[in-house]
Amino acid sequence: MKLIILRDYDEASEWAARYIRNRIIRFKPGPDSFFTLGLPTGSTPLGCYKKLIEYYKKGEISFQYVKTFNMDEYVGLPRDHPESYHSFMWNNFFKHIDIRSENAHILDGNAPDLQKECQDFEEKIKAAGGIELFVGGIGPDGHIAFNEPGSSLVSRTRVKTLAMDTILANARFFDGNLSKVPTMALTVGVGTVMDAREVMILITGAHKAFALYKAIEEGVNHMWTVSAFQQHPQTIFVCDEDATQELRVKTVKYFKGMMHVHNKLVEEP
Amino acid sequence: MFGSLPVNGEREREREREERADGLCSYELTRVWLSRSRGILGDHRLQREDLWVRDGKILNPEKLFFDEQGFADHKIDCGNKIIAPGFIDVQINGGYGIDFSQATDDITGGVAQVAKRILEHGVTSFCPTLVTSPLDIYHQVIPQLKVKDGGADGAGVLGLHLEGPFISEEKRGAHPPRFLRPFSKGGVADLFETYGQLENVAMVTLAPELPNSGPAICELARRGIAVSLGHSMADLSQAEEAVLKGASFITHLFNAMLPFHHRDPGIVGLLTSDRVPAGRTVYYGMIADGIHTHPAALRIAHRAHPAGLVLVTDAVTAMGLPAGRHTLGQQEIHIQGLHAYVAGTKTLSGSIATMDMCVRHFKQASGCTVEAALEAASLHPAQLLGISHRKGTLEYGADADFIILDDSLTVQETYIAGELVWRK
Repeated sequence: MKLIILRDYDEASEWAARYIRNRIIRFKPGPDSFFTLGLPTGSTPLGCYKKLIEYYKKGEISFQYVKTFNMDEYVGLPRDHPESYHSFMWNNFFKHIDIRSENAHILDGNAPDLQKECQDFEEKIKAAGGIELFVGGIGPDGHIAFNEPGSSLVSRTRVKTLAMDTILANARFFDGNLSKVPTMALTVGVGTVMDAREVMILITGAHKAFALYKAIEEGVNHMWTVSAFQQHPQTIFVCDEDATQELRVKTVKYFKGMMHVHNKLVEEP
Repeated sequence: MFGSLPVNGEREREREREERADGLCSYELTRVWLSRSRGILGDHRLQREDLWVRDGKILNPEKLFFDEQGFADHKIDCGNKIIAPGFIDVQINGGYGIDFSQATDDITGGVAQVAKRILEHGVTSFCPTLVTSPLDIYHQVIPQLKVKDGGADGAGVLGLHLEGPFISEEKRGAHPPRFLRPFSKGGVADLFETYGQLENVAMVTLAPELPNSGPAICELARRGIAVSLGHSMADLSQAEEAVLKGASFITHLFNAMLPFHHRDPGIVGLLTSDRVPAGRTVYYGMIADGIHTHPAALRIAHRAHPAGLVLVTDAVTAMGLPAGRHTLGQQEIHIQGLHAYVAGTKTLSGSIATMDMCVRHFKQASGCTVEAALEAASLHPAQLLGISHRKGTLEYGADADFIILDDSLTVQETYIAGELVWRK
């Protein structure tokens, strides 16, 4: 595991974006070999998307030969609802870059057969050759995608009922009205993300500090689903200073001491 | 026709020319993505947004992306310029030596000629305006001037603006007094007797204090024709009665009406009237050329009622002609800057300002935002004519009539139905 500690949210976002940029460039994607990228939604990755758009506009990267797979989507929320993850991805990322629609995959929460939609999504990932880099964020309770506490750590893409904590946290996006918040979602499983060749998790803010501690300093535990990535061979946690509040001093010092090595990963290619 | 769209890079332009020559691509398939622009969308703010166009309409690219899995056929880099809805001029009497009210054998040709030339001022649709004329002129001209979509040939015709002859003698302005008419047959019959037909009429300016104007206003409003108050001696209560009957516009505010008086504000008082029914807006035309309306008066009107301000040129024959002496009809005129004088005198012979000039002057004189200046020449006239779902806006589904401007609000390019029709 790599733990990248940056000063603040902006620096963490930029580091993550540079890492993704360099991975895509070094992969040399083309018509016969697409780079496959797993993507999250939420406030944490916004800064990272902004940077990626900037790199695209400067001509440093293209998404023409990139296939994306999003982690999750609400069930029953109209696709063009401003809080749908389709809208999120369109407004914050897709509309600014040159990705082709057929290469951008988001689960359809309005599909007539939700279970089939989930199976098809797994098939699409497999057909694309698996995911090269899965980028994720986590909730304060340590959930990755909508794999709420207690989710199986070998779970696959499926329909999931949201935990009360998540519904309460989301109410602010739905006029504070709990009855408007979707209660179900389609989500990739922990196992789906584990299959990616590399996983990068963004964790910023003091409110995520306990989750980061649970993710890396305690044992693997299905009540903190992000902790599963302790068993992944290539995981990078990118965090800011605030998110390290609950970590041991020696953990922080150890990883900070390696920043000069890790920063080589994000140098201009 | 996409072949005329500008695309970055000479090579692409070359390829486009080839495709055009071979007829390989049809316009129907063309999706154009205008990137790096700032447009007025949604909430009346300039936003950094891209504009997508297909089949002459403004396209919602999100639907294209998710529903059709489509992508742009062409991408145009707007280089950080402003995209605004095309201007709409609801009062223009002519220009470039042509007077719409002087019926010649070829009135449609004359309108077409002006329609083509005003593209460079960013005007994408307009209402050719006829001033008070004898009956035979109405009967000859009105049937010929049909509502017409714009295109490479020129700005679209939204319908005629008939200014007169049912106006006040005292406030007739330059209208020939011998052709003024009363509503002597009850109102509605007078309309048909005078105009012959109303099919291609978008707006009628009349004086509401004339007896029997009520039925005429009701009939015009019922037909969806905007009724404008102007060339009138009406007091405020008469003006308010007319609004309650359906009038929705004031022709060149301050000009040809009673001056504002604090005990009877006259037609000007409509701007702050509390008798305008909820949900309705009274619009008012402004000749913002810096000559016909004093900048202070412009500011008074704008601050009192910004949502109703509609920029009009009220341009006459001499608009668009170069400086110097010209013979127009029986008249000699002398053009000096923005002034058109009857030659040898200091008598103004009408407005020769162009719409883009008015927009710039309005912004500078009123200190309003760029958005407000642009919307006064696009959204507001469209709302006035009841066509703001397709004109005067950059909302998805609207006609792709738009202009590209630099930061000084100088028009760089004009598009109608997604097609480049003029370029600086």
